[in-house]
Amino acid sequence: MVSKPHGGRLVDRVVGEPRRARLLKEAKEMVSLAVSDGIAADIANIAHGVYSPLEGFLTQEDYVRVLDDMRLSNDVPWTIPIVVDVDPEEIAGVREGDEVALEYRGETIAIMKVEEIYGWDKKEFCQKVFKTVDARHPGVVKTMNRKELLMGGPIELLKDPPEPFENVRLWPKETRVLFRERGWRTVVGFQTRNVPHRGHEYVQKAALTFADGLFINPLVGWKKPGDFRDEVIVAAYRALIDNYFPKESVVFAVLRMEMRYAGPREAIHHAIVRKNFGCTHFIVGRDHAGVGGFYGPYEAWDIFREFPDLGIQPMFIREAFYCEKCGGIVNEKICPHGDEFRKRISGTKLRELIRNRREVPQWMMRPEVVKVVLSFENPFVE
Amino acid sequence: MDTSSSRNGGRRAKYTTVSIPVTLYNRIKQLIEGTGFTSVSQFVTYVLREIVADMERERLESEEVSEEERKRIIERLKRLGYL
Repeated sequence: MVSKPHGGRLVDRVVGEPRRARLLKEAKEMVSLAVSDGIAADIANIAHGVYSPLEGFLTQEDYVRVLDDMRLSNDVPWTIPIVVDVDPEEIAGVREGDEVALEYRGETIAIMKVEEIYGWDKKEFCQKVFKTVDARHPGVVKTMNRKELLMGGPIELLKDPPEPFENVRLWPKETRVLFRERGWRTVVGFQTRNVPHRGHEYVQKAALTFADGLFINPLVGWKKPGDFRDEVIVAAYRALIDNYFPKESVVFAVLRMEMRYAGPREAIHHAIVRKNFGCTHFIVGRDHAGVGGFYGPYEAWDIFREFPDLGIQPMFIREAFYCEKCGGIVNEKICPHGDEFRKRISGTKLRELIRNRREVPQWMMRPEVVKVVLSFENPFVE
Repeated sequence: MDTSSSRNGGRRAKYTTVSIPVTLYNRIKQLIEGTGFTSVSQFVTYVLREIVADMERERLESEEVSEEERKRIIERLKRLGYL
């Protein structure tokens, strides 16, 4: 049986007709707030149950508990504060209890009932979520540039933000039906923000060996410069799955959600999200959601010990490498050979080869994937 | 119920007291020596969370998707090539 939604119930805050038409009319009389790409994605994720049990943006009590204890005020595990930031002048005249229209690219996409407006300490947020206030951390930079106040309260979605990858975007309600239709009882979720190299493929197949199905769910949305562009990731995975995976064992769908680069805390968040999609297991990689040297390579593994009630089983699979003596991709648990035989699949090295359009060895990346990646003039985020 | 709050950086973390037999308390105290658990309360909270989550999971009934919605979803999945 697929995993139960986090908190017990799959949230659905999508408004149907005729209420939608009425709310859209009423929204014209409300204070309207323009939201960023990331917040628009969060709004859709809340409404479609990706962030179950959240029904809106965190109110202060939940915000404080998430920062301090990594749990919501009802004790349900939650590690990343989902917040909407506003400037005082934007919400002049808005009182707690009012409704505001949330606007994205000139269109009203949601209504929010403002339960609370409260101040926040951005440095404290960074220290607790990212474990640093270092300005070299992309999450810190982004947070410090956010607005002065936070607004908490439930939302109702009137219109999905536009999605360029609509044909490969599924919501939890859909994956849950899909997994059942395929007869999967155990489903492994795989989070990624990269094009797949042989190490990723090894980890995915190692996990799939023991499960009914694999859910490959790359993030699309804001990423730091130097990361692969969304369309490159999607095309590269298509090439890999078409050539190297049994199609009946894999589901590939994108998730529009910003990377926070919050390492261990974000690993838990990624697991919760995949639980809501119906996954029973979740692969936690080396330096999961990490950036630079801000987190230990296996720090994200340790944090799972603090959540016996998470409701999704983490799968810790060690980093894969190519061993000349074994003649294949292996990991240190199953390969007895020394470093002289081992070739590391370095993401940095791989990006460098691709950037300079040099030959990528087959032990690093499948040729079909390389071909697709190189078909893009610039595969990287500027 | 006996509830109390502890101040932590100006914030209140709420706790309540439950009773367990002293003999059990002593056994747990011994058991957690040298482990990552720093108190009996911490251990009991950990164990209870695990059990409560399991029980809640068992209690929940199957998905709340109507037959009509399920059909609509299956149609979309077929159209997209997932089924």
